[in-house]
Amino acid sequence: MAATARDLSNVPSVITLRGVNKWFGQFHVLSDINLDVKEGEKIVVCGPSGSGKSTLIRCINRLEEHQAGDLVVHGVPLTNDVKNIEMIRREVGMVFQSFNLFPHLTILDNLTLAPIWVKKMPKKDAEEIAMSLLTRVRIPEQALKYPGQLSGGQQQRVAIARALCMRPKIMLFDEPTSALDPEMVKEVLDVMVELAREGMTMLVVTHEMGFARAVADRVIFMDRGEIVEQNEPEAFFANPQNERTKLFLGQILRHH
Amino acid sequence: MTDMPVGERKQLAPPVDDSGPWGWARKHLFSSWGNALTTIVLIVAMAWILSWFLEWAVFTANFTASTGSECRGGGACWALIREKWRLIFFGTFPFDQQWRPFFAVVIMLAMLVMTSDRRMWKPWRLLVIWSIGSFFTFLLMFGQIHIPLSLFLAIALVVGGVGMSFRKGIAQAGETNAYRALAAIGLVGLVLLFAGVLPNWKLPIAPFSYVETGLWGGIPVTIILATYGLLFAFPYGILLALGRRSNLPLIKGLCVGFIELIRGVPLISLLIMASVMLPLFLPTGVTFDKFLRAQVAVILFAGAYIAEIIRGGLQSLPKGQFEAADAMGLNYVQKTALIILPQALRVVIPPLINTFIGFFKDTSLVLIIGIFDFLNTANQALVDPAWAGYPGEVYLFAAFVYFCFCYSMSRYSKYLEVELNKGTRR
Repeated sequence: MAATARDLSNVPSVITLRGVNKWFGQFHVLSDINLDVKEGEKIVVCGPSGSGKSTLIRCINRLEEHQAGDLVVHGVPLTNDVKNIEMIRREVGMVFQSFNLFPHLTILDNLTLAPIWVKKMPKKDAEEIAMSLLTRVRIPEQALKYPGQLSGGQQQRVAIARALCMRPKIMLFDEPTSALDPEMVKEVLDVMVELAREGMTMLVVTHEMGFARAVADRVIFMDRGEIVEQNEPEAFFANPQNERTKLFLGQILRHH
Repeated sequence: MTDMPVGERKQLAPPVDDSGPWGWARKHLFSSWGNALTTIVLIVAMAWILSWFLEWAVFTANFTASTGSECRGGGACWALIREKWRLIFFGTFPFDQQWRPFFAVVIMLAMLVMTSDRRMWKPWRLLVIWSIGSFFTFLLMFGQIHIPLSLFLAIALVVGGVGMSFRKGIAQAGETNAYRALAAIGLVGLVLLFAGVLPNWKLPIAPFSYVETGLWGGIPVTIILATYGLLFAFPYGILLALGRRSNLPLIKGLCVGFIELIRGVPLISLLIMASVMLPLFLPTGVTFDKFLRAQVAVILFAGAYIAEIIRGGLQSLPKGQFEAADAMGLNYVQKTALIILPQALRVVIPPLINTFIGFFKDTSLVLIIGIFDFLNTANQALVDPAWAGYPGEVYLFAAFVYFCFCYSMSRYSKYLEVELNKGTRR
């Protein structure tokens, strides 16, 4: 619960969204989003499916294009300029719900690919970093296997290590545990908690409320493309203000 | 076994013993009266056909006759093949020089065999194998090659340019300077050459007598048309497939238009276009070798088909693969070359080899414009009145040679599927 007491008001913002809007055809998926993410801040985004939470974080590294408003990452405005997009993607790591490891490459090659090709790092250095990260996610012995030979939990830990290999300043997690068998959720969350404790700036879309309680500085609730409510986790769970938030929490916490 | 405690149950043998040859036969051939009857009828029929064929092709066959009229007894006249095999294999290539196409074929087969080994799949190795091998293949076929200065300059420009862009930020200063110098020499040289300042010099390599493409024939023609057709059609098909998925409407439109246009016409009409129409559009004095025109037509045609197959592979990849590559900051070329194509091509190996096999056989359509491929030279063997009346033997022989090539490709495709999926399967 340590996170809730932190005062982040003097910390600079690393991600700024101002009046961000996006549509999928006629469907208004992001509606006037304003958000500041402070350096080192951990934000958990939750909300019902179709609420736009995944789209929100996918806009931050331009996997989705926002159609109106300003989005600035690390001082770099996100525009159609390919240079800017590439610069931002180097600084922002992403972990997907379905892992998205490259099945034709070994675990080690999955990790070293971006450092070697994007950062032009010598292969040996990249492999050293990769091995130290695999050790950190506790699967160094799997380095020479292929993704298909690993369990879901192991694959997701590899995916986290792969994103970290680029030494990103910000990490985006898009429902990282939703595709996992229940017994594997913990091993992935443990790695994420560790990462949070080390000070990484994290934006996590998840329904793991235990994780939110443990590490989040702020929980954001989204519904129908809007940020409906945001608060420190303690207050968010204990005392939700909005009716929609109460309804949602009632639904997902019923079984916990 | 239900009384045993959970976790201590033994692995049981399968209830019916269908192992061993007898078990297998009982299960698959004689499992019911109907199946047993079918099996017996088919075995008898196959034995009857095989015995008839062996009688014709071996026991009563004539291997030594010196003219067709000596072939008697109703068996196959293999003496015809014995007499005409050099015409069938090498066509009208000067008789005393036919060792040249023979070794050209050997070199091409060696290149193909080497390329089929996965360990050779490094751009540099393939480039070295194919440029050296191709050089000797065509030196043997033509007998003389004159390499123009412009080719050397163009190679310098390409090597320098590619080196500069691909080794940017990796290469040492000396290496970078070398690329710059190469590119500069190539560029300046080409400009001077076209301006007429440099003489249009050619490096002559002429160890043998010159044999023009009109005299080429037989198996080397078929292999050259198919191999180089597919060699160039493959990268070109990849580009078309990628272009078809491009976000830029102009590129996409061009690729779609081209693919649909080429797929919409028969290969024969393309060949006739290349052979009859193309010269009409060229300025007078400019001529293209007929063989080269046929080769280009084959490349264009094969490229369109290969493009559609590869597009299928690209579409089969989950969106997440593209997103993961994007999120890592890979640019389009890196994403395509390192992530997308290796997976997409793997998926399309069976249909791709299927197309390769088809094209190997389709090259025989060049007979329509008077090029003597293997099937056409086999036809020529029938023209001799002294050996009239034995088309079956010749076509059977030609079919056998085609089968050897196509079946090897088919087996290779099988091997490749297994090999590429090693370790990546769950």
